[in-house]
Amino acid sequence: MTSIQPDIEEVLPAGGASARRVARHGHGVVVRLVSIALFAAIWEIAGRIPVSFAFPTFSSTVAALFGLMADGSLFKAYLSTLQPLVLGVVLSTFIGVGVGTLCGLWRPGEWLLIPVFIVLQAAPVAAFIPLVTFVYGIGITAKTLAVMILALPVIVLNTYKAVRNVNASLLTMCRSFLGNKRQEIFKIVLPDASPVIFAGLRLGVAAGFVGVVLAELLITPTGIGDLITYHRSRAGYAEMYATIASIIALSTLTLVALQWLETQIFRPEKRGR
Amino acid sequence: MNIATAPIGLQAAADATDAIVAVRGVSKFYGAVEALRGIDLDFPRGQLTSLLGPSGCGKTTLLKIIAGLIRPDAGSITVDGRPVRAPGPERAFVFQDFALLPWATVERNVAFGLELRGMQRAERDRIARHYIGEVGLAGFEQKYPHELSGGMRQRVGLARALCVDADVLLLDEPFSAVDEQNRRKFQEDLIRLRATENKTFIFVTHSIEEAVYISDRIVLLSPRPGRVSRIIEPAIDRTGDPDAIRRDQGYLDTVEEIWQGLKQYVD
Amino acid sequence: MKIFGYRVPMMASLLLWGVLWEILGRLGVVFILPPLSDVLVAAVDLVQQPGWQSATVTTLRAFVIGLALAIGAGIPLGILMGRVRAADALLGMWVNIFSSAPLSALVPVLMILFGFGEATIIAAVFLFSVWIVVLDTRAGVRHITPSLIEMARSYGASPPALFGKVIFFAALPEILAGIRLGVIRGVKGVVIGQLLVAIVGYGALFEAFSRNFRMTQFWALTLMLFAFAIVVGALIERLETRVEFYAGERG
Repeated sequence: MTSIQPDIEEVLPAGGASARRVARHGHGVVVRLVSIALFAAIWEIAGRIPVSFAFPTFSSTVAALFGLMADGSLFKAYLSTLQPLVLGVVLSTFIGVGVGTLCGLWRPGEWLLIPVFIVLQAAPVAAFIPLVTFVYGIGITAKTLAVMILALPVIVLNTYKAVRNVNASLLTMCRSFLGNKRQEIFKIVLPDASPVIFAGLRLGVAAGFVGVVLAELLITPTGIGDLITYHRSRAGYAEMYATIASIIALSTLTLVALQWLETQIFRPEKRGR
Repeated sequence: MNIATAPIGLQAAADATDAIVAVRGVSKFYGAVEALRGIDLDFPRGQLTSLLGPSGCGKTTLLKIIAGLIRPDAGSITVDGRPVRAPGPERAFVFQDFALLPWATVERNVAFGLELRGMQRAERDRIARHYIGEVGLAGFEQKYPHELSGGMRQRVGLARALCVDADVLLLDEPFSAVDEQNRRKFQEDLIRLRATENKTFIFVTHSIEEAVYISDRIVLLSPRPGRVSRIIEPAIDRTGDPDAIRRDQGYLDTVEEIWQGLKQYVD
Repeated sequence: MKIFGYRVPMMASLLLWGVLWEILGRLGVVFILPPLSDVLVAAVDLVQQPGWQSATVTTLRAFVIGLALAIGAGIPLGILMGRVRAADALLGMWVNIFSSAPLSALVPVLMILFGFGEATIIAAVFLFSVWIVVLDTRAGVRHITPSLIEMARSYGASPPALFGKVIFFAALPEILAGIRLGVIRGVKGVVIGQLLVAIVGYGALFEAFSRNFRMTQFWALTLMLFAFAIVVGALIERLETRVEFYAGERG
């Protein structure tokens, strides 16, 4: 059944994989720096033209960023934003891996639950977020739920796919040496599926960031969302851009770190991939 | 001619007393395709019997039925007089694609059969190390499968099957994914192994030379549907120089005769 | 899955969920969940209202324009990155970053730059969908076996012919996959854009429905959006299977 199945493993690996490859060649780092410098230069020029009265230069944005860090407002904002993010991702991980494994091993579970998650992943679930506030108000519960609505489908589907596609030859081998079902799951299925499950967790974290930002823009601004809307209302565009850049940077760095961790733990070359 | 052949019925009668594995009336269908039809065979204890035939003759299917990995649609398998329908400790399987755990060391892979039985770590590692040495992989205990060549990986699979001390060893084209030079070496090693290990071997291959080289008995299967066509017992002296066997007249004649019989099945 | 020996397709379970929804709705378990039948009735009713019709036109227009821009910019960029190492090295990092970043954080920026109207929505759709189109196009181009290119060159293909007759088609399976994912992301972009802007198209409708607790209409609109995303995704997937026959043979 593939009628509406979006690509479960989306394209993030390309960045991480080329990062690995490139890091082994010294000049790769130089290229990255050149790329960043180019980006900054274009931004600076665009700000000076200016593209719009509301478009600050790169330099003023960087200055604003340091300002926000210095007066502690950025730090406080993240402290508030990261709570629903971390909570939501952790809950999504435990629930998601459990449900995904169940669906991968048990046909009735697969039939019942996977179509729901496929729909949730393809559909614009952002539309649900205002709905969440009706039931759960505007506090951390609602925001955690917003994170989970976005992260859970990705994790479930990746785990499910990994468990379903376990190397059949290894399962036969386990049976031939008289392994029972429990041994099959813990000694073959889970170790074989774990790289893809971990990749799914990484995608879940990315989705979690999307969820928390949406929650803060759509429900009630706290933390980072508050900082953005506050500075926008005061026409502090450099501060606003700085905040936005910081969350994008944080999201990117977290995902790169997870990718690195993934290769450290799972050593794809060990598995002949 | 140094070939002893016998009609199948007489063969079965003669070996009835020391047949460790008995196959009776086994049939298997895959959808509309009849993979095996009415197979009756005995496998004598302590001998190496090959199942030889062109693709589509059902030899791997038959092996897996004997192993208990596939259920036949009709017929029965008995091992030591007891009927079997699932894998059991008295039979061990060596896989064509090696089926090694890529995330485990050679030592853990070899000990895997014992691990599934619940044997303690120290004990099973001791046994594993013994057989790792037996197959010529001493020193590679801590390596991972991706660091080994195809031939070495198959040795790991073989050592794993030897560890569980089964009476019957079932080998599914174990050397087909290995290069020619290593393949010859394996065949020589197998002859040596046979002399030291007191086991029964059932071996599936599509190579005539290989079958004649190593087997005490060759069961020829013909395809579509899979049936027993002939049973051949090459009378070859394997006690001497392994290379000499390949020039032995009896060996060459047997190979030629089998080839003439099988030629008609080549597409 | 099989029930009593009859093969039941997976999507059939959604029907079961629909029945469950109906039952829960009638029991009035949670007020935000009206019975499915009421929602469907509201949907039929909604479709006939001029307010919905103009909102749909606005939304659809923004979506199509934004997506067209994303495809129009994304495919050439992807081909460039796939063929020219320098471009790949310089741009690859940014494309990857934006492909997985929380882009909704950028919508406030768009709102300032483009105002509170349709332009922002178009920009949002473009922003959400372009990156995956670039990445998948690039992947498709990278997969092309060199000998195919050499063959075309040896028969005298000019650069435009090379791109138009060989590269584009060789990379087409991945390009279509990228477009499909771009559509899905584009729908998310249009919804998020409109939810945040809240005075145009569906965003305005959602705002109105939720403010007035008109849950049946809220769900009706939501279901329509979901259905749209899924149907368009499925159609493109059909197109992909048409092209797939040569996907495995390319090298």
